[in-house]
Amino acid sequence: MADTSAGERASRRREAVRGFSLVSPPLLYALLLLAAPLSAVVVISFWTQDYLTLTPGFTLDNYEQALTRPVFQTLLSRSLGVALLVTAVTVVLAFPVAYYVSFHVRPERKALWIFLITIPFWTSYLLRVFLWRVILGYNGVLNTGLLGIGVIDEPLTFLLYNVNAVIITLAHAWAPFAILPIFVALEKIDRSLLEASHDLGESRVRTFLRVTLPLAMPGVVAAVLIVFIPTIGDYVTPSLVGGSSGQLIANMIQVQFLRLNNAPLGAALAVTTMLIVGAMSVLFLLFTRRYLRGQQ
Amino acid sequence: MSGARIPWLYAFVLGYLIFLYAPIVLLPLFAFNNSTTIAFPLQGFTFRWFTELTRVPALHEAVKNSLFVAVVTAISATILGICAARASTRYRFPVQGGIMGLIMLPLVLPEIIVAMSLLVVLLRLGINLGLWTVILGHVLICTPFCVAILSSAFRNLDRSLEEAAFDLGESRWSTFRLITLPLVLPGVISSLLISFTISLDEFIIAFFLSGAETTLPVYIFSQFRFPARLPVVMALGTILLVLSLLLLSVAEYFRRRGLRQTGAGDSGGFL
Amino acid sequence: MSDTIISLRSISKRYGAVLALDDVSAEIVRGEFFSLLGPSGCGKTTLLRAIAGFEEPDAGVLQIDGQNMAEVPANRRPTNMVFQSYAIFPHLSVGENVAFGLRRRGLSRAETARKVGAALEMVGLAGLEARASHALSGGQRQRGALARALILEPKVLLLDEPLSALDKKMRNQMQEELRRLQRHGGITFILRTHDQEEALIMSDRIAVMFDGRIAQIATPQTLYRRPSTRRVADFIGSMNFVPARVVSEQGAAYELEVTGFGRAPISHEQAPEGVSGRNGVVGIRPETLTILFGAEAAGPHVVTGVVDDLVYYGDMTYYDVRLPGHEEALRISMRNTAGRRVLERGAEARVAWSPETFVYFP
Repeated sequence: MADTSAGERASRRREAVRGFSLVSPPLLYALLLLAAPLSAVVVISFWTQDYLTLTPGFTLDNYEQALTRPVFQTLLSRSLGVALLVTAVTVVLAFPVAYYVSFHVRPERKALWIFLITIPFWTSYLLRVFLWRVILGYNGVLNTGLLGIGVIDEPLTFLLYNVNAVIITLAHAWAPFAILPIFVALEKIDRSLLEASHDLGESRVRTFLRVTLPLAMPGVVAAVLIVFIPTIGDYVTPSLVGGSSGQLIANMIQVQFLRLNNAPLGAALAVTTMLIVGAMSVLFLLFTRRYLRGQQ
Repeated sequence: MSGARIPWLYAFVLGYLIFLYAPIVLLPLFAFNNSTTIAFPLQGFTFRWFTELTRVPALHEAVKNSLFVAVVTAISATILGICAARASTRYRFPVQGGIMGLIMLPLVLPEIIVAMSLLVVLLRLGINLGLWTVILGHVLICTPFCVAILSSAFRNLDRSLEEAAFDLGESRWSTFRLITLPLVLPGVISSLLISFTISLDEFIIAFFLSGAETTLPVYIFSQFRFPARLPVVMALGTILLVLSLLLLSVAEYFRRRGLRQTGAGDSGGFL
Repeated sequence: MSDTIISLRSISKRYGAVLALDDVSAEIVRGEFFSLLGPSGCGKTTLLRAIAGFEEPDAGVLQIDGQNMAEVPANRRPTNMVFQSYAIFPHLSVGENVAFGLRRRGLSRAETARKVGAALEMVGLAGLEARASHALSGGQRQRGALARALILEPKVLLLDEPLSALDKKMRNQMQEELRRLQRHGGITFILRTHDQEEALIMSDRIAVMFDGRIAQIATPQTLYRRPSTRRVADFIGSMNFVPARVVSEQGAAYELEVTGFGRAPISHEQAPEGVSGRNGVVGIRPETLTILFGAEAAGPHVVTGVVDDLVYYGDMTYYDVRLPGHEEALRISMRNTAGRRVLERGAEARVAWSPETFVYFP
């Protein structure tokens, strides 16, 4: 008995052809405008540049610089630190909100709540970041407010133009991207599982720890990745509220490409950053794999 | 269960909502504030920042450019999204996971990487930067959102509806036109609106790829350097806020109507 | 030509490692009510969808009304389907749903409206043309789907588990109505069902399928009384299987030694699979055994056993009676007619049996 008959192969092939022809426009687009440019960046990262001339070749100099020059090391480690901290803050703050909406809001009002949570994020990103500058600044809302009620005597200066401001602003910017995946994971939990846990003698808190939390892990993992990866590459927030001590690797990439005209070095920095982010994501996924197994 | 059962949770959520809305609330506050500095205390009510908006030709040019970019982007990304969403929900084909992964990749890629890589290639190819190069980039980052929205629309579509139309004598194309498209239309509309909104708001790609042309976010970014211009920017932001709320409400309305029609349950939210 | 409407010859279809249809052949007669019956995964879905044109067989010939269907897609076939989910288009009104297939017929507006009205009346939805389809109940959707398919006057109507989503009362009503529509219109109906009772009630003929093969095609009576294999016998209704041995073969009959019953003569037709190996089982339907309550005249075939257990159903009582020399209790069903007692556990039961109802499987 053959494994596949001719007729079955034909119908599979027909389906594959239909699928391919349908997916080919977006695929071609992604190949031409995403895969090809990304490959170009990788290739250029091995080239050299003198002033305005880009010289093809193969050198690891750019990577050596990216990994050894102190300024790059500082920026890279600061970016990683900020991204990790932003991710942790965002996800930890988001979880109770997602939990509240999923477990304590009446079903017919859940969509409204989710809408309420997502609304702030459909206003201009630039303006939102700028408004944080207004809130956190020397004469900002927070300082004038705290001065007004007498909590402080002098305006706080550690709020703006440093890493703190970057973290607060990014934690705000990524909030819905953390809340939504966790909310979806919580919604999928069969409520009878929680009743079963109570029935088997577990307290509310133990039930949360032994049933709810493990089952919500896929959402938490998704939230972590969704926040962590793009945060590393954020450009607007550090340039608007970061000051000189709050600059991140993306700002340096931009400077190398556009101001210093050193595309190869910029490319090497970009590739290095993406490799580190990719490796950390894979490690994170491996680490949390046991929670994801057997779940959708 | 009710919120009252765990009061600290309720309090936390309220605090979180204040955190979420804090910057947004300031926008109209300073837009109507009669002072050239963006700081408390407020100085009284004025409409002058709004009237001043009408006297800035550079802004009008930027709005026109942004609208053009956003419309072309929304239509192109939605068409590409329909192809990809339909293919992935309806057919099995080799390396499907890889292909869809590539199309969805911009969703997790930092925008600066997308912008830089496109810039490098466009410059090497000698292509002049302008609105069309911004559109190229925007279509790339909007398509994944369209695919996500449209995939759920296509997935909610009961396949036997299409089979029934085919069985009743319609061709493949007329089945798509008479059954599939009308039923995913709410998804198509929200895909158009979402990609329009994303494109309208997108800064980094526009910043790098727009060349001499200016889109609205690029214009706004340039104004941050001039403190005197900020109240006008606040007024502009307020108008944008109202507009995007309107657009989103429309998108949400169509999304819900779509769910009702296909009889699917509401899982809430766009993503 | 005979009056064959659908002819299936050696149809096979494979999905990966699963052989969904394995060399299926059958002739379906014009105007009959034909059912595909079997447990889930037996291939009946694939066969129905192959007839409709949604699945293409890997091998074999499928003819409808003498025409080979190999290159004919579903939209050109003289078949229409009533889907399991009904597939009522949610964005169209009831009338637009029913008129859907008429679009390509080039009828005038008035003619279309007349036909839609007639079709809706036929299925008991008269006057609901303008109703939004999502406002219909389950039973109404079912009727709408039926009207939508029948309005095209197909040569064959395919029914894909159309009643499985309805409650029992509505199901019984629709069963009768489907039969009426089928007799009235003279259209060939092919019904896919996993419900053997439904198949028995509605069909002129039934094809029982297991593992991608047709085990038996027969009228409901034949299927019930003379199942061709032990598996069919087990699937249709309930049946006692009692060990038996062929002791002699005399002309047109065999003589069996049946455990607990003794010698039983049967005809050749009662051994559809022959008597190879001499040892086998006899299938006995519960209602062909009768418990004697004293007064009745005892025939030649009576055995005595003990009531092991009983289940009282109101109109019926099901007894489990243990016969000497037989391990498993026999299931016997008795109608609770006027004045008839119900025996108690442990009571002695005299059981009359009729060898002409036995079926022997090797």
